[in-house]
Amino acid sequence: MNILRNLRYTKSHEWVEILEDSKIRTGLTDFAQHALGSLVFVNLPEEGDEVTAGESYADVESVKAVSDVNAPASGVVSAVNEELLDAPEKLNEDPYGSWMIEISEVSDLEELMDADEYEAFCREEE
Amino acid sequence: MVPFAGYLLPVQYTDVIAEHMAVRNQAGLFDVSHMGEVIIAGPDALACINHLYTNDFTSMQDGRVRYSPMCNEEGGVVDDLIVYRMAADRYLVVVNAANRHKDVEWMKAHLTGDVTLEDRSDEYAQLALQGPKSREILARIMTEDEIPAKYYTFRDDVTAAGAKCLVSQTGYTGEHGYEIYCRPEDAPGIWDALLAAGREDGLIPCGLGARDTLRLEAAMPLYGHEMNDTISPLETGLGFSVKMQKQEFIGKAAMLAKGEPKIRRIGLKVTGRGIIREHCKIFAGGHEIGATTSGTHCPYLGGAYAMALVDTEYAGEGTPVEAEVRGRKVAAEITALPFYKKA
Repeated sequence: MNILRNLRYTKSHEWVEILEDSKIRTGLTDFAQHALGSLVFVNLPEEGDEVTAGESYADVESVKAVSDVNAPASGVVSAVNEELLDAPEKLNEDPYGSWMIEISEVSDLEELMDADEYEAFCREEE
Repeated sequence: MVPFAGYLLPVQYTDVIAEHMAVRNQAGLFDVSHMGEVIIAGPDALACINHLYTNDFTSMQDGRVRYSPMCNEEGGVVDDLIVYRMAADRYLVVVNAANRHKDVEWMKAHLTGDVTLEDRSDEYAQLALQGPKSREILARIMTEDEIPAKYYTFRDDVTAAGAKCLVSQTGYTGEHGYEIYCRPEDAPGIWDALLAAGREDGLIPCGLGARDTLRLEAAMPLYGHEMNDTISPLETGLGFSVKMQKQEFIGKAAMLAKGEPKIRRIGLKVTGRGIIREHCKIFAGGHEIGATTSGTHCPYLGGAYAMALVDTEYAGEGTPVEAEVRGRKVAAEITALPFYKKA
């Protein structure tokens, strides 16, 4: 399982990259993509949509099931990685390269773990 | 691993999609020992199964296999099953694991004439070898002339990897393949021998997940989804196995009284964005016309497909519809079944 040092993590297995100007970028962790299995569909929000911390902003679907992806913070969607719409398998192949959305005007940032804390958290979940 | 009808079954060994593609392109091996095996025997066995099941077994010969629904008095489906004729007075009936106890009770309560019924499920393990390479692979662990040559035929008392078994050319994947019935203690040896014999051809073990996506892609109905106690086999596209010209069978009177089916099983190809799974409402021109019974992404076809039971009035091929998926409308089109048919 791959965990990057420069990112922070939610308990629902999203990674968070803190950008400048109260902006964040987020996606699914390697642990999440592995647990979900091969993804065949992703439903993303649109630029300008509002998202709420801890609530679902997207679904990802494997052959077996549909799963929610939660927003690590409240804010406004300022960019969407639309490449994933036609290539959801990128979430499996390169989970940290495949960011899903950027959120600006961030408030209510969830409690995030650093890489060591997240590694310990995943070990407990296994 | 997931619990299923009292057995622990793997959803996947490696990856559902890889397992699905192995069966379509090379071969896959499934442990389906959870299936139920029942023997109906006695001088009146033929008359009894003709009464219990909707298909007609009169012309059947030894070594043949036949599919049939088993209905209740209201014409709903108790289960669907396959019947092996071992002898004129002896039939092996293979039923769904989840229905085994219900089926045995139902059949025992409705036996006719001089027959006995034994639930032998615990004495049988079952392996399914499926895919275009399955014959070649099977021929490496058994004598070639003991392999059943035709679809829906079987050979009893044959030997595979040194163990006694029954082998039929049957399956639930829409692909050429075989099902091997053996004693539970012999199953691991046959399993290992097959995997070793098939490695060079890309044979891999496959779980419950791929079994479901393969049968959906081939549009094979599954009990509890496309049929149940209240859905008639005529409504769910199984009319080929309901012989109304037969003098009598359980459910016939109710089917006659009901007349032409008002709902029909149809295929849906998703044309919009998303995956339509079971229990989604279907709308055509603003009318609710039915609901989906199964659906997912079909790996070989590379798209999302579903089956649904809908009002026959709206069941025409090419009809554009919408499915309600988690509060969203997803566009789809009614399309011919099966979605996939082997070349």
